[in-house]
Amino acid sequence: MADLSVNFAGIRAPNPFWLASAPPTNSGAQIHRAFEHGWGGAVWKTIGAPVLNISNRYGGLTIGGQRLLAINNVELISDRPLDVNLREIAEIKRLWPDRAVIVSAMVDASPEAWREIVMMIEDTGADGIELNYGCPQGMSERGMGAAVGQVPEMCELNTHWVTSITKLPVIVKLTPNVTHITEPAHAAIAGGANALSLINTINSVMSVDLDTLQITPNIGGRGTHGGYAGPAVKPIALNMLTELLTDESVLKSGVPVCGMGGIVTWKDAAEFLLLGAGAVQVCTAAMHYGYRIVEDMIDGLSNWMDDKGFATIADVSGRALPQMSSFGQLDLGYQAVARIDPDKCIQCNLCYVACNDTAHQCIDLVAGNGVRVDPGYDVRVNGRAVADTRPTPVVREPDCVGCALCANVCPVDGCITMVGVPSTQENISWDALTAQRPEIATSWDAMMAYRKEQGIEIH
Amino acid sequence: MDHPPMDEQHYPFDPRFAPTHPPLSAHEAAVEAHRCLYCYDAPCIQACPTHIDIPTFIRKIATDNLRGSARVILESNFLGGTCARVCPVEELCEGACVLNAEEKPIAIGRLQRHAVDHVQERGLQMFTAGPATGRKVAVVGSGPAGLSVSAELAKLGHAVTLLEKRELGGGLSTYGIIVLREPVEVSLQEVEAVRALGVTVETGRELTNLAGLDALLDEYDAVFLGLGLGAVPAMSIPGEEHLIDGLQYIEDSKIAPDGLPDAQNIVVIGAGNTAIDAATIARRRGADVAMLYRRTESEMTAYRHEYEFALSEGIQYRFLTQPVRVISDGGRVTGVECVKMVLGVPDTGGRPSPRPLPGSEFIVSCDAVIKAIGQEKPALATELGLDVAGGYIVVNHDMQTSLPRVYAGGDCVRLRGTASTVMAVQDGKYAAVAIHQQLSQVQEDVHG
Repeated sequence: MADLSVNFAGIRAPNPFWLASAPPTNSGAQIHRAFEHGWGGAVWKTIGAPVLNISNRYGGLTIGGQRLLAINNVELISDRPLDVNLREIAEIKRLWPDRAVIVSAMVDASPEAWREIVMMIEDTGADGIELNYGCPQGMSERGMGAAVGQVPEMCELNTHWVTSITKLPVIVKLTPNVTHITEPAHAAIAGGANALSLINTINSVMSVDLDTLQITPNIGGRGTHGGYAGPAVKPIALNMLTELLTDESVLKSGVPVCGMGGIVTWKDAAEFLLLGAGAVQVCTAAMHYGYRIVEDMIDGLSNWMDDKGFATIADVSGRALPQMSSFGQLDLGYQAVARIDPDKCIQCNLCYVACNDTAHQCIDLVAGNGVRVDPGYDVRVNGRAVADTRPTPVVREPDCVGCALCANVCPVDGCITMVGVPSTQENISWDALTAQRPEIATSWDAMMAYRKEQGIEIH
Repeated sequence: MDHPPMDEQHYPFDPRFAPTHPPLSAHEAAVEAHRCLYCYDAPCIQACPTHIDIPTFIRKIATDNLRGSARVILESNFLGGTCARVCPVEELCEGACVLNAEEKPIAIGRLQRHAVDHVQERGLQMFTAGPATGRKVAVVGSGPAGLSVSAELAKLGHAVTLLEKRELGGGLSTYGIIVLREPVEVSLQEVEAVRALGVTVETGRELTNLAGLDALLDEYDAVFLGLGLGAVPAMSIPGEEHLIDGLQYIEDSKIAPDGLPDAQNIVVIGAGNTAIDAATIARRRGADVAMLYRRTESEMTAYRHEYEFALSEGIQYRFLTQPVRVISDGGRVTGVECVKMVLGVPDTGGRPSPRPLPGSEFIVSCDAVIKAIGQEKPALATELGLDVAGGYIVVNHDMQTSLPRVYAGGDCVRLRGTASTVMAVQDGKYAAVAIHQQLSQVQEDVHG
């Protein structure tokens, strides 16, 4: 059985599944219950400056009847009195010595304010501090949260104020609302951060109600931007994670990264681990289904690791990262084509219309006698038996560019696969090619000459 | 709910006849609509005899565009509300759904009802009459074929007069479909929708002879005959007078259920869809019901799903059983004398012909006997001098009869294929196109 325990920047936990700093970690009673369900750690909902909240606070994204594919929130940091939070943090840590108890903090950008809060956190016995430079709503307008995370100098300075006075591991939580995620990361590392975490929420306006014409969430007739999270943001988070972990100076610093953003299942978590996360944090999924989801996260990850022969989280962490490349380094000679398994095909023709309308027109409808036919039917024929003689989609492989759109729209698992095929083209990257023959990047004539050499025909 | 549900009865409602499929809730409809793959060139479209663009109407349900959804349905099938309830979807659209292979087909019929109910409950009319052409068409019979052709012609701007011999319009939808599937109100609403398109509906008007047809041809540019079929034919057995006509039984269950016999032990002769409908009503009213059929399970004309439904209702089947005499005592039925049958060589229809096994007579006790062994062919067809085949009116692809300017459609022309509402609707569409072409041609000739 796989060992799921982690040691993340000196913070130990029985598993890598931590609740992110958010409503699920608002109080000691909640975190106590979460730990009973098996969560390996929890980042306390951010404590710090005094706040007043509003209602409504959340807007949800529903697509195709699926609820909460994303959530946006206009909630602030903890609105519970500071001393109550601190007392409960100490109590939870005393009750759960094996779990990671990390305190998220956000105060005014001054060394005094940071000193005061850090001392209070240290007194609780917590395992670490997470600096919330992320929240894009409410606090940023007061010069905190994302307002710090978006300005590298502020990020470095604030981090330094904390790291210079505490021995506790300090995690800097980065905001995704920047152009280059590496810049605040460099600043945090320069400020002495022991670890990074990402992503915090993305700036968003959730929706407009078409009956009332009100922005959602509707706060007394007004709306505002909020922080966007949940399953829909996962690919953005994975990208930012890889941006950090393929960055030379981040790698050189050796700081671990805690991944978060849209993790719902153990599978999502495994992907973050494979791309280099040392632990993960979860919020939206817990807000959707409750703390109980961690049971399958632990169980599923453990079973998968056993199946794959991974003994520890360290074995998994970063396993897929070396594949991360840049476009210029990709092999132009690699060729794949779509293959449709006729035994699995249900003739929904979604591949056909997708390819024909929006890709490269290389799927034909072929009748039982092997003849290519156009869509359409005989209006004088009806009845369920028409399904038995439907034409079936077939890929014209020489014309297939291997875009994989059809494989993505196909509703049947394993019906359309992208298969690597022998290529007549040389195996060379764009960078290498244009280093050898720079004119190819600037002249269509040179490009066409190269294509002719390589037998590349694009119709 | 803002609007009363369509099935809230103005006609007597017996709770035992509650619909087999209750309407989908908005949530159920949304979930089911999202399950639809939105196939391209989908097989359900072709499988539907009226070729409703099913993926499109379902997608519109998914996007909360119910009015648009209903328009797509009713554009192809003006009787979308009836068809949503009575179509043998297992044999048509749902039977062709690509999801049969993977999971279970989309509930197309119920989704269609959801969309059409939305506009019917609100009294929304989806179409307007076309610019008047000055041409007049008489439609005889307001069943599905007559309503369909009337609506399509009105949309094209022709002045349509719809003649119905009965008191209520709607034909079989009104009188012959059991309440479990379709209450009277749904059918009458479709008659109203035709009226809203400017069609003049005249009830109590029956075409009975050639002189009547000639009079119509004098007054109108074209005539469409949607005559339907007749009563259940006589069985010519002793005690015939005690036999209850299955169609009449179904009609009474819809219009005047208090008049239905209070029998506890009912025998139904026949094994087609109408026989099952009659048996279902009898069963729902608490009677023990046995269906007598002279052939076996494999020769039944009823749809497989109907047969299974009948079994699930607790209806008994006696195969290879031929009634030969109704036994009565003082005017009260006490049983049916039957004879056992054996199957012999195939008849002209390809089914093995049954013959009686001598000496195998036995008695099935009962206190009422319903016959549902098909319908009489339209006798009027011969009276009008129309070419007939097997008793059915002969028509070409354009639904034209052997007489000029006379068209026909629906069950009265259904020599081949299964008689059904949806086929009748499609007949009406074909006829409307042909009549429109004929009238346009005439107009051009006049102006030319």
